[in-house]
Amino acid sequence: MAVESDRTLLADVARIAAEVAAQAADDVDRDARFPIEAITALREAHALSAAVPEELGGGGATLEAIARCCFELGRCCSSAAMVFAMHQIQVITIARHLDGAPWFESYLRRLATEQRLVASVTSEIGTGGDMGRSIAAVTEEEHDVRAFEKKAPTVSYGAHADDLFTTVRRHVDAEPGDQVLVLSTSGQAELEPTGEWNTLGMRGTCSPGFIVRARFAPEQILAAPFSTVMNQSLVPVSHILWSHVWLGVATEAFERARAFVRSSARQRPGEPLPAAHRLSTVMAELTLLRSEVAQGLQDFASDDEDGGRERLMTMASILRFNNLKLAASEHTPRVCEGALEVIGILGYRNDGPYSVGRHLRDSLSARLMVANERIHATDAALLLIAKEA
Amino acid sequence: MSDELHSEIRRVVAEHARLSVDVATLADDSDLFAAGMTSHASVNLMLALEDAFDLEFPDRMLTRGVFDSVNAIAAAIGELTGVAAASNGHQS
Repeated sequence: MAVESDRTLLADVARIAAEVAAQAADDVDRDARFPIEAITALREAHALSAAVPEELGGGGATLEAIARCCFELGRCCSSAAMVFAMHQIQVITIARHLDGAPWFESYLRRLATEQRLVASVTSEIGTGGDMGRSIAAVTEEEHDVRAFEKKAPTVSYGAHADDLFTTVRRHVDAEPGDQVLVLSTSGQAELEPTGEWNTLGMRGTCSPGFIVRARFAPEQILAAPFSTVMNQSLVPVSHILWSHVWLGVATEAFERARAFVRSSARQRPGEPLPAAHRLSTVMAELTLLRSEVAQGLQDFASDDEDGGRERLMTMASILRFNNLKLAASEHTPRVCEGALEVIGILGYRNDGPYSVGRHLRDSLSARLMVANERIHATDAALLLIAKEA
Repeated sequence: MSDELHSEIRRVVAEHARLSVDVATLADDSDLFAAGMTSHASVNLMLALEDAFDLEFPDRMLTRGVFDSVNAIAAAIGELTGVAAASNGHQS
């Protein structure tokens, strides 16, 4: 049942990745435009509600299936893959923490029916990139109306999303770490752009800064404290899905290098081929990356089952999923660079079947989206007290 | 005994939790994170508690919930010092 629907989802998404996302990828990258064709096709395949539980009208897909979709899309268009991944992170987080709240249940039903796209507004100017702190706060406007205004340095696909999932302080007197998540729907939020999105890579995610102003009902605030949601779902699921996108990017760069070497070998059978040796070292690097990404997913699944979600709250678990992000974001660009060295000038060119410039540029975002320096700083503090390796 | 434990915990909290309010104004079950303790400060608090009470919190206890109030900390220390057998049974 679940397995069967997972299979259908995977087949649909793999087809969309190859036939739609891949075709538009260079155009999306060149013009820094939203990958609208891929997202429209994913909507038509009901993939945006794949992670909504079946009883709420969704596909009930497992995290494994969603992760695999991120990988398939990542191979074809990193921007489409990252938009898909970020949307799924919000959906999975809501589904895991709604705790029977009627408003959120009916929201997920609506998301499934209308294939609504959700973006997140977690970063904020003035917090130094710390997602665990907010400056913006929920204010009480009038009876049953709440509001906030938040200055976000980046909101991925903000202008293209239907709804927004935003972190804010619980109330105006709350400490910076006393946060809640608010789900505002289209019509309730106004986004004032504060700049352009013209970047080295991940150009199609269209993630400029915005001042976000929203007015909404109190029941649109998720009851679960953000610190719990962050440790049990948002951070580990983000790191798992992002790393699957990155693995897809690295795999495609490697496959282009492999195709290049094979074509060279066919032209001069039997002659020494230095590029083949270099390809072998890139493959070793890719193998390490693939193992860590797969292991991260497996560890989450067993943590989630074994100790309930309590185990995900431990420092050992926080360290584990931080290390997945660190490893995947550092190895992915290395694989892409290695592929470029194998291919040489044909890889450096922005056209042709062996071009890997886009992959390399996209992969360089991995270390910056939640800066690795910040994660290392967190890990360094946790290592002082955590005991397991 | 319990009073002594609580006052010693309060002393360590006052020194290391970097709250935005005086710990004396907080009840034993007040949320320390809501009172301004950051994740970073909570690590220092845990280290200071290990030193003050001469014990080691096992990984399964290293969660936000175990250190979010004076009462929660007292319960954790009580579990480690009083009922050692119970804490060993849960090791994964």
